[in-house]
Amino acid sequence: MTATAQAAPAVPETPDDVLIARSITKQFGGLVALRNIEFVIPRRAIVSLIGPNGAGKTTFFNVIAGLIPPTSGSIELSGMRLIAPARRAWLEPLLWFAPPLLVLLIGILVSGGNIQLVALWGLLALLLATLILPTAMARPAWYESFIRRLGIFRSARPNDIVRSGVGRTFQNIRLFHNMTALENVLVGMHLKLRSTPVDAVLSTPRHRAEEEEARVRAARYLELAGLRGRDDELARNLPYGDQRRLEIARALACEPVLLLLDEPTAGMNPRETGEITALIGRLRTELGLTVLLIEHDMRVVMGISDRITVLDQGERIAEGTPEEIRRNPRVIEAYLGKPPS
Amino acid sequence: MTFRILRLALIAAGALVISWLLMIGLTWLGTRSESFSNVVATGTAQYFSALTIGAIYALIALGYTMVYGIIELINFAHGDVFMVGAFVAYLIFTSLGFGGAIKSIPLLIGILLLGFLVTMVVLGVLGAAIERFAYRPLRNAPRLAPLITAIGVSFILQNVVQVLISNSPVPSPQLVSLEYRFTLLGASVPLLNLLIFLVAVVLMIALQVFVGGTRLGRAMRSTAQDREAAQLMGVNINATIAITFFIGSALAGAAGLIYGLYKGNIVFNLGFDAGLKAFTAAVLGGIGNTVGAALGGFAIGFIEVAAVTTGLSRWQEALVFSVLILVLVFRPAGILGQQIGERA
Amino acid sequence: MTRQRGTVEDSETGATALGSTDRLFDFFGRHRSVAIMAAMLLVAIALPLIVLAPPFSGFNTQGVWIDNFNGAGIYVLLALGLNVVVGLAGLLDLGYAAFFAIGAYTYGLLASSFYGIHVPFWPMLIVGALVAALFGIALGAPTLRLRGDYLAIVTLGFGEIVPVVFTNSDALTNGTNGISGVDRPSLPGIIFGASNPVPFYVTMVVMLTIVLILLYRLQDSRLGRAWMAIREDELAAASSGVNTITTKLLAFALGATTSGLAGVFAASRLVFVSPDQFGFTVSFTILAMVVLGGMGNIWGVAIGAFVVFIVQSVVLKQLTNFLQPLNIPFLSSIDFLQYQFLLFGIALVAMMLLRPEGLFPSSRRRRELHTAQGDDLSSPQESAEPLT
Repeated sequence: MTATAQAAPAVPETPDDVLIARSITKQFGGLVALRNIEFVIPRRAIVSLIGPNGAGKTTFFNVIAGLIPPTSGSIELSGMRLIAPARRAWLEPLLWFAPPLLVLLIGILVSGGNIQLVALWGLLALLLATLILPTAMARPAWYESFIRRLGIFRSARPNDIVRSGVGRTFQNIRLFHNMTALENVLVGMHLKLRSTPVDAVLSTPRHRAEEEEARVRAARYLELAGLRGRDDELARNLPYGDQRRLEIARALACEPVLLLLDEPTAGMNPRETGEITALIGRLRTELGLTVLLIEHDMRVVMGISDRITVLDQGERIAEGTPEEIRRNPRVIEAYLGKPPS
Repeated sequence: MTFRILRLALIAAGALVISWLLMIGLTWLGTRSESFSNVVATGTAQYFSALTIGAIYALIALGYTMVYGIIELINFAHGDVFMVGAFVAYLIFTSLGFGGAIKSIPLLIGILLLGFLVTMVVLGVLGAAIERFAYRPLRNAPRLAPLITAIGVSFILQNVVQVLISNSPVPSPQLVSLEYRFTLLGASVPLLNLLIFLVAVVLMIALQVFVGGTRLGRAMRSTAQDREAAQLMGVNINATIAITFFIGSALAGAAGLIYGLYKGNIVFNLGFDAGLKAFTAAVLGGIGNTVGAALGGFAIGFIEVAAVTTGLSRWQEALVFSVLILVLVFRPAGILGQQIGERA
Repeated sequence: MTRQRGTVEDSETGATALGSTDRLFDFFGRHRSVAIMAAMLLVAIALPLIVLAPPFSGFNTQGVWIDNFNGAGIYVLLALGLNVVVGLAGLLDLGYAAFFAIGAYTYGLLASSFYGIHVPFWPMLIVGALVAALFGIALGAPTLRLRGDYLAIVTLGFGEIVPVVFTNSDALTNGTNGISGVDRPSLPGIIFGASNPVPFYVTMVVMLTIVLILLYRLQDSRLGRAWMAIREDELAAASSGVNTITTKLLAFALGATTSGLAGVFAASRLVFVSPDQFGFTVSFTILAMVVLGGMGNIWGVAIGAFVVFIVQSVVLKQLTNFLQPLNIPFLSSIDFLQYQFLLFGIALVAMMLLRPEGLFPSSRRRRELHTAQGDDLSSPQESAEPLT
């Protein structure tokens, strides 16, 4: 792997790094989409990920967002190891099915052929299963820590990643098309709202106050993203540029520490691109966000990035400040094409 | 290619032998008091009925798996297409004046060939028509829409047969006399069972050759892989999907004809149960995988007959569906399939 | 597409000012529970009076009509529950009758002379609903990870197994014969009886009102938004922090709860429970009701279920009886009931092809479904990222 050896040295890790990726490798069958990627994002930085098409940028994004598990390597978010290949995953189903089966077995042994007694025990086993299985599937925090103590490790799911402070947008916009802009943002606020279904059913004052406040806040996010007055528009009816903004607003509503933006200016005209670039800058200064950006538009990248990482064919070929990247001969060769001699 | 065929043949032969031994073992479990030779004889007889029933499920399962492979739709109406196949064959045979066993072998073969040909063509056209009118307009609609349409089509097919032909079971002509039998290990097995198994295997091999070797087959596979890319490469998507439906439905039609010959009794709602079991077979084998569907079909046939031999015949359906749920929970990709479980 | 925006208050209740009807609804939007109660009261009083008028009085007597309304109420309840699963969360459940059966059998077993246990009706409403919910969760937990169409098949299988289990467990459930002599509800001074359907009617109206209020409140809550988000794009929902498994399980559980409630009511109304009352035709009928009423639209589904039930169990039956003695060639020989499923089938196909928003769409839903047709890029399947 001479290429890896030649890559620019990794940024030294500091305790204030939002994200640390350690030698992430992802294979799809025979295709190596990512090879030993080392990656660090310092707090409140704007870091860009660039590279030609098929370089593995979106794959890397999806690994961070918990959508695809890496083949090897791990990712720490704010000091928590959240993503790594599963360990002892086969133990988990045993954990779910052993208790009910045990109860059933005891029931069969104890009741001595009395079918009605067996059925009662069976019901008990079923009850137990209905308590265990949904918990195991929903994976609440205490369950996670319990199985971790047993040495089982499974990567965090997308919603867990959101919980630990990562918001994201998608390369090909994925909004809730038949919901209004405001509702889209409200879904983004899902984890920040506390009222339970019971609150909703009883329409408790707490619930009503929270809903009221949530709508005000959601409207503010829309405004921040430049969608003032679009609250009740259905997402699918918004023009393309506004859909991109709405996705950003929805991601902001998660109140993330780290915001992942996958080509936020794709398909936009220069004016819109300028607005989005300004917005990204404001997100850092006003909200104190850390941003990881995938972007093709070099003016955007060079203009706002603190550091840039260049991927090519799944490998990190360079890392540095925009100035360094601009001058790096490997980048110029692999990404921008050979300069005319 | 030759290596692949050889390997498949070896797997198939191995599966045949192992399942035969297993069936004898299960028969012994079900009837422990009997002598060894009796157990072997009963087990062998049961084994052959499992092969027959399995062949029918396998043929239906192929349609599910092909359609799912190409447009990711569970064609709920497919079980009823199979049922219509049984009734079309019934209409053909009775209208030609054959109500029972045919004594003359050449005539029998001729009529059967004619029956298969006409049934398969009629059903193929029916399947392609269903696709054209009920599914194609919804190809870009939300996922739920074509599923619900499929249920609607299933209702329509059942009800049309119910109203046009009969509300109650109809005796379907058993053209192949059950008197033709052969004896193996003390079991007297109707030749019909073997015939059905062979016909199914021939049809499946023909399908494999078609999908693997022809231009149309290549178009089908490329469409299944990536519809847009295939379209850019000049594949006619609509035609390819229509042909997939044609073939899948034709196979279901053949299965329907076979079912009529074998059971001697058909009813308008038989497609529901059979369809569900065949779908289980397709899932078991890994949906989208034709070889898997065939294996899954035989596996379901085996489970069903095994349930009877072990005295659990009342729990047949429950057993099959438990298998379905277990497979989906633990190995949603099926035995031979690729990963298809949704992650979220 | 730009349209006039409502006031600030409008936007905060999620309603819009379009016309006078909408403005009325907007007013009720802020006091919706009151509105629902008023509407239900109005309907509950109007229905028994309407049937005294000519075209309806020709079909049945008022008592029979009210009894039919009770039957319709059961299906409205079922459809409302299924609507949460199919319409809001976008999960196709084809074995919904199983939970109906579980609710009915829970009541049948615990409130009849079969075991000699006689738990009163009122607490059993809750017990039956909870038992059904438990089964809903038990089925949902292992299967909700699967993609939607697999879920459809698994639920279909479950819907088939449950009656088979009740049939085959002779010792526990009296097998095919079912359980007869199930207790009727009792309240001091009021007789619930076959000849007196009014107490059942009142019970059903109250139950429906409560369920409607509950469903509306849930729909507009964080949970309801999460359901819709999953229906729209499961992956995006997960990436917005929605725990999709929990959310889907809750939809399943709530659907099952409503179904269980309907089951208890049905068992006490017919005083009889048997496995053949809960076949797949029941599940499919309910699905047809939800689709015809307009998936995801609570009022539409309620009206759809009511209309379909009345057409199916009163109009078609009476039409056959009415036409037979008239000796009109062809028409008199038709048994319209036989065509019930043909009609359902045609209706389902036609609805999906022509009018996906249902027969009684809310104005908003109609806007959704008709504004951006041909916008096929928005389908999440089409734009799926290469994940696997």
